[in-house]
Amino acid sequence: MTSDGWPLWEVFVRSRRGLSHTHAGSLHAPDAEMALRNARDLYTRRSEGVSIWVVPSTAITASSPDEKDPFFEPAADKPYRHPTFYEIPEGVKHL
Amino acid sequence: MSTPTTHEAAAFAGAALALGDDALVLSQRLGEWAGAAPVLEEEVALANIALDLLGQARVLLSLAGDEDELAFLREERSFRNVQLVEQPNGDFAHTIARQLYFSTYQRLLYGQLAAGDGPFSGLAAKAVKEVAYHQDHAEHWTLRLGDGTAESHDRMQRACDALWRYTGELFQPVDGLDLDHEALESAWLASVTDVLGRATITLPSGPRTGAWAAGAGRQGLHTESFGRMLAEMQHLHRSHPGATW
Repeated sequence: MTSDGWPLWEVFVRSRRGLSHTHAGSLHAPDAEMALRNARDLYTRRSEGVSIWVVPSTAITASSPDEKDPFFEPAADKPYRHPTFYEIPEGVKHL
Repeated sequence: MSTPTTHEAAAFAGAALALGDDALVLSQRLGEWAGAAPVLEEEVALANIALDLLGQARVLLSLAGDEDELAFLREERSFRNVQLVEQPNGDFAHTIARQLYFSTYQRLLYGQLAAGDGPFSGLAAKAVKEVAYHQDHAEHWTLRLGDGTAESHDRMQRACDALWRYTGELFQPVDGLDLDHEALESAWLASVTDVLGRATITLPSGPRTGAWAAGAGRQGLHTESFGRMLAEMQHLHRSHPGATW
């Protein structure tokens, strides 16, 4: 038997309070409740997380690799947009 | 704390053995799904539950003696687990019905032990959180299979009926465990009745106690398939005594 017919879900895990949810991977599950439980078993059992989101993969609209240049290329030669001229205060870790 | 009498010490070891064997045997059964579960995600879920139970078994058996010796060198008649946990996996519905019946019992049992001040309260307080997840897992699957397709409903009903007669044994008093068995049983029945009702499964009506009910595992009497399970579990250790890696 396979999980054919079960929708695919994207899993986002927040590893600590104060951080944002990060994409951890994807899995198959019959519905959202079961997806949450499968995500718990697959992605957080070594205490990687304090919060999980699951999202149907079909609900995600992604940029296409073909559009990479018009999307991202123009940002490359504008260094003044990058906050590299500031010194990061000590103790700020997740910037 | 006063020095325990010889009887108290024996009762404590006996109770640790009974609870440890429950966890060990169910862990072995669930482990049999590795490589054979309906879907990969579910295989991991069952393996996680099996590993939780194995951890509990190691702690409990260590209280009763040497964990490896107890697990791998005892004969069938020396095991004290209830007959419910040794029942074969069957189809997925049978495994889920067994999980529902047992995890509901184990959660209530550890809940009572954790609330008391007996020798098991510490480990029960830790284990009850694991077991709460096992129960949640079993309940969610019971609801989906029972209230799913016609075939999944029939299979879930068959599984609940088939394992029903092994559930009376769960509430037989165990020497060394200070429990309110009546409260345990009525809470178990209320919980299982509620879940099965929501899953559109008819509550089994067969006997759970008395001459027609199964269950003398705590006295060392086990069902036919248990011997084969033990042979598989023990053969490596018996073939290569003291092997390490």
